[in-house]
Amino acid sequence: MKITVNGRQMEIAEGMDLHRLVYSGKANPERVILVLNDGVVKSDQWPLTVLTEGDRIEMVSFVGGG
Amino acid sequence: MEDKLLIAGREFTSRFFLGTGKFGNKEAMKQAIVTSGSQLVTVALRRIDLEDTEENILSFIPENTTIMVNTSGARNADEAVRIARIAREAGYGDWIKIEVINDSRYLLPDNQETVKATKILSADGFTVLPYMNPDLYVAKALVEAGAAAVMPLGSLIGSNQGLRMRALIEVLIEEINEVPIVVDAGIGRPSHAAEAMEIGADAVLANTAVADAEDPPLMAAAFARGVEAGRLAYLARMGKERAVARASSPLTGFLYDE
Repeated sequence: MKITVNGRQMEIAEGMDLHRLVYSGKANPERVILVLNDGVVKSDQWPLTVLTEGDRIEMVSFVGGG
Repeated sequence: MEDKLLIAGREFTSRFFLGTGKFGNKEAMKQAIVTSGSQLVTVALRRIDLEDTEENILSFIPENTTIMVNTSGARNADEAVRIARIAREAGYGDWIKIEVINDSRYLLPDNQETVKATKILSADGFTVLPYMNPDLYVAKALVEAGAAAVMPLGSLIGSNQGLRMRALIEVLIEEINEVPIVVDAGIGRPSHAAEAMEIGADAVLANTAVADAEDPPLMAAAFARGVEAGRLAYLARMGKERAVARASSPLTGFLYDE
């Protein structure tokens, strides 16, 4: 199943949810802000949010800036 | 002496705002926030990937510091609005610094798009502090659009050139009385910050000059004093500049007069 993360296509398993997606990487989950198809999904909702074909995710974080 | 800055109902005793970009390490940034005395810092929002092992910047910002998210990376009003909304949904974006930039060489703000974004976000309940090119009509339009402060650039972002836009900023200080004027960008030295405050700016925002210093926490302290000195000088009302000398000691009673 294909989804798009930060503009790039990514192949994921059927039934993958946001929680498992985030925890599959090395990024500190506390930093991660997930925007799914234009709406922010709070971290307590990640395990309940199962991804579907064609979903667009923006994975962002606060960083230093002026 | 009580001299508080009020922005959108929030009181600030420090008139120095600090940006958090470009610090070599987050511990130095944290120390610099402390020594700067800043009660407001800016952060940006960026894409990260799953393998990004950076630390969480928010855990290095002292409690009770107002976090203002900037919309850097936005090329038009729509993108700025989107960034602001993501920041707010993530729990931090009530205070937004609007930064709309199209040009990568000079990083000058797009005033028209900035006014547009200010209008949309103010109507949506954000506290909006727009970064702008100092122009009186645009400043008035920003106030009309609901800006909580107006933030003219002192000179190009990160250039350390100081108050190159001084004459135009003075016009804003003179004419815009509804909201504070915060001089943002290009402030390279504590003396630049002092100069901005001496001419009557309400606050100064700096980042590069502090982050690039060999000792950022020490430089942050120097800036805090520059801002404070300039503010006190403004309140004390400075004497006029003169073309010729005027003696400080009495011109009578000289010792060896015949």
